[in-house]
Amino acid sequence: MLRKLQLSKALFIVFCLVSCNVVFAEADSWQLNMFKGVTPVSRDIYNLHMIAMLVCAIIGFVVFGIMIYTLVHHRKSKGYQAARFHDNTRLEIVWTIIPFLILLGLAFPATRTLIRLDNVERSEVTVKIVGSQWKWEYYYLDEGVHFFSNLSTPYAQIQNKKTKDKNYLLSVDNEVVVPIERKIRFLVTSADVIHSWWVPELGIKRDAMPGFMYEAWARIEKPGVYRGQCTELCGVGHAYMPIVVRAVTMEEYQQWIKQKALEQKTWNEAQINLAGQKTMTRKELMQLGKDKYNMVCAACHQENGLGIPPMYPALKGSSYAVGYPIDRHINIILNGSTGSAMQSYSDMLSNEEIAAIVTYERNAWENNTNDIVQPIDIAKLRVMGNQKPNVVKKSKVGGLK
Amino acid sequence: MNPDITAVDHHDDHGPEQGKGFIGFAKRWVFTTNHKDIGTLYLLLALLNFFVAGGMALLMRVELFHPGHRFIDPNFYNQMTTMHGLIMLFGVIMPAFTGMANWQIPMMIGAPDMALPRLNNWSFWILPFAFLLLLSTMIQAGGGPNFGWTMYAPLSTKYAPPSTDFMIFSVHMMGISSIMGSINIVATILNMRAPGMTMMKLPMFCWTWLVTAFLLIAIMPVLAGAVTMMLADRHFGTSFFDAAGGGDPILFQHIFWFFGHPEVYVLVLPAFGVISEVIPTFSRKKLFGYNFMVYATGCIAFLSFIVWAHHMFTTGIPLGAELFFMYATMLISVPTGIKVFNWVSTMFRGSMTFETPMLFAVAFVFMFTFGGFTGLMLSLVPADYQYQDTYFVVAHFHYVLVPGVVFALFAGTYYWLPKWTGHMYNECLGKWHFWLSTISVNILFMPMHFVGLAGMPRRIPDYALQFTNFNMIITVGGFIFGISQLLFAWNVIRTIRGGNKVDARVWEGSHGLEWTLPSPPPYHSFTTPPNVH
Repeated sequence: MLRKLQLSKALFIVFCLVSCNVVFAEADSWQLNMFKGVTPVSRDIYNLHMIAMLVCAIIGFVVFGIMIYTLVHHRKSKGYQAARFHDNTRLEIVWTIIPFLILLGLAFPATRTLIRLDNVERSEVTVKIVGSQWKWEYYYLDEGVHFFSNLSTPYAQIQNKKTKDKNYLLSVDNEVVVPIERKIRFLVTSADVIHSWWVPELGIKRDAMPGFMYEAWARIEKPGVYRGQCTELCGVGHAYMPIVVRAVTMEEYQQWIKQKALEQKTWNEAQINLAGQKTMTRKELMQLGKDKYNMVCAACHQENGLGIPPMYPALKGSSYAVGYPIDRHINIILNGSTGSAMQSYSDMLSNEEIAAIVTYERNAWENNTNDIVQPIDIAKLRVMGNQKPNVVKKSKVGGLK
Repeated sequence: MNPDITAVDHHDDHGPEQGKGFIGFAKRWVFTTNHKDIGTLYLLLALLNFFVAGGMALLMRVELFHPGHRFIDPNFYNQMTTMHGLIMLFGVIMPAFTGMANWQIPMMIGAPDMALPRLNNWSFWILPFAFLLLLSTMIQAGGGPNFGWTMYAPLSTKYAPPSTDFMIFSVHMMGISSIMGSINIVATILNMRAPGMTMMKLPMFCWTWLVTAFLLIAIMPVLAGAVTMMLADRHFGTSFFDAAGGGDPILFQHIFWFFGHPEVYVLVLPAFGVISEVIPTFSRKKLFGYNFMVYATGCIAFLSFIVWAHHMFTTGIPLGAELFFMYATMLISVPTGIKVFNWVSTMFRGSMTFETPMLFAVAFVFMFTFGGFTGLMLSLVPADYQYQDTYFVVAHFHYVLVPGVVFALFAGTYYWLPKWTGHMYNECLGKWHFWLSTISVNILFMPMHFVGLAGMPRRIPDYALQFTNFNMIITVGGFIFGISQLLFAWNVIRTIRGGNKVDARVWEGSHGLEWTLPSPPPYHSFTTPPNVH
């Protein structure tokens, strides 16, 4: 009998060990806990989180333990007679003071972490982050680099027409590259509504407030790619503005900065170089236009061009999309429309892309204008917009006579 | 004291005759100034809204069952999150507790009716129209409000659909209704108590409601102010919340949460009251530490006014403010802890039976405490940086509000329904409702903690692949929970229409004035005040 017990005990332990492995392996794909992260701050936060959880677990164990004991034993069905006590001031004071002391114990590490977290002196790299509906824009203030970071998950995947990538909804066209082992200062703000810049593994979450700028810092210890998302409801596209941070060594970072600055310069020049514009076929324009429209415009104006009026006007049959001059149509994309959610896309979209979108909008959904807009048309408008106004002295035109 | 005798001749009195047929029926309910009729109306409205807003939640869960755009548009999804929140708070929990207050408070304090019966009628009849107005926004051009129930500016001002104005008006109407209802409750409790019913003899439910009513009178004007400023920003050229005009979007959050945090306790204090009534009855033992329960309620109410910024830790408020609000928030767990300890002590060495109300009350203590734990974790500012606006927060407040407050509503309904109708509810059905709800509510909300910690933001209609398996579980839990509530509705309707007759006492362990009246109680509760010793 005893040996049998021993045997089953041993078997039980073996079973536990085996299943333990399986459970832990399985738990990996079912992430249960907070990210430990790759910065000192995120690790502090993780530790605080674990302490808080432990404290709660202990309190829960005691309180629920007593309660379960009571529920099991003090039942009428077991013939238990109710006691008559209903007051005990001493006990009340005890269970006021004990939780208070526990809270003090929790407040200490929390305060320490918080004060450390708030220190943003002596940063070595400064990145300004601007959220707008529904993308992030990054400025490397000291290096003069600026770019947009858009969701790069294809529209077809969102619509379930293609299999989803591993990083579905968590990949962007332009990643934020930062060096490791350097103190990075992030300045977060917004161009329209409130967004929130969150990368769990960096331990940073900062709300992007339109008109105000708040900071956060990180010192990343491990190279790698860290993904996050906007965490403040910011409208229709809230789920579609991810953040991807790539942490690299200082050398790689400097190289990337140089390359990015060069890219940016070439891009800017290419947009206003009237001679160098490509000529595209109608088919190319329509294809590119459809892709870009679905990525950039469809959140508001909808895939079917009907919009959500009156907030987001319909493009189907709209005077902008079917009317003339076409410049009006192009200009609203280039410069946006003040007082509405329509923003300026002149820095984000290239001439080809804008030409394609305009062509698509003028020919899709029964907007059969048959117009074809070429990149050169966009470039011309850009150049016109960039011209310095002619300053004329009033006295010279006779105004002051 | 023998209210039974005076009450008997009124037994079949259903108020003044208002005419025959449908007109008579409609007039009876529209013109009624009786606290029981109005209580019933409140409770029925809440039940109806519970299924409306619950249906919205299920729509969202359907969309979230699997990643990718499936059934509803992101814009419609955002409207659902907004409506679900607004209706569940203002249309389910608040009216349900006001309904219970209407039914119970006069009976508990030995009064014939509420102090201000006509006001009572008005404060109810505003509500159906407020909700019709709110729901009508869904069919207006541009869709309904789509910025979440927190209505953060500037998403709710410059970037919001035109129907927002209707929502603002509807919030004003709800606010007026709540303020009037609260004034009525305060007036009733302070002035209409039977001789000998001193303040420190008041049933806990009356105490918590008294404190809640004061909270409501203090905060509803603040909400009205916030939405009026929104309205002014939208149409009258002001810039309260627009930095370009010298305003500040964070100002909105400060004002909103100055309303919003006490509002949380408006929802939960009456629930504490219900639980403090149910547990002693089924433990056959007096409530442990009555005095401290009263002090703790007052303490929670006071603290609730100085913790609002813990909803805004990531907005960039200064370090000193973060520390202050962190400490203040942590402090709230002390009086809340006292409540939990007192409930446990009430049960300790009692002679317990587990009828449906008690089951819900016990589940409340477990799961509300669990929600309190995550609340304590959320109060720690650095940790909050990771939790803020993720599903962890969603899990936290749903644990407090669903297996917390809504379970207290179930407990209260099962507890008092036999008194109200004179019929016993179906115990077997009640137990089924309890077990299905308790199991499914955990399947529904427990995994939300995990996806939140793993990095899933709230209010998104589509999510990254690693959150898929938990979201599927959540949706399944949500549907089981939703469907089991039909059992509740059925049980309530059955009980109203008939069932085993109950005596005045209903429960073996019940104490208090309401149990001295026959079941169902007479139309005018206590025409001569009882004497309380």
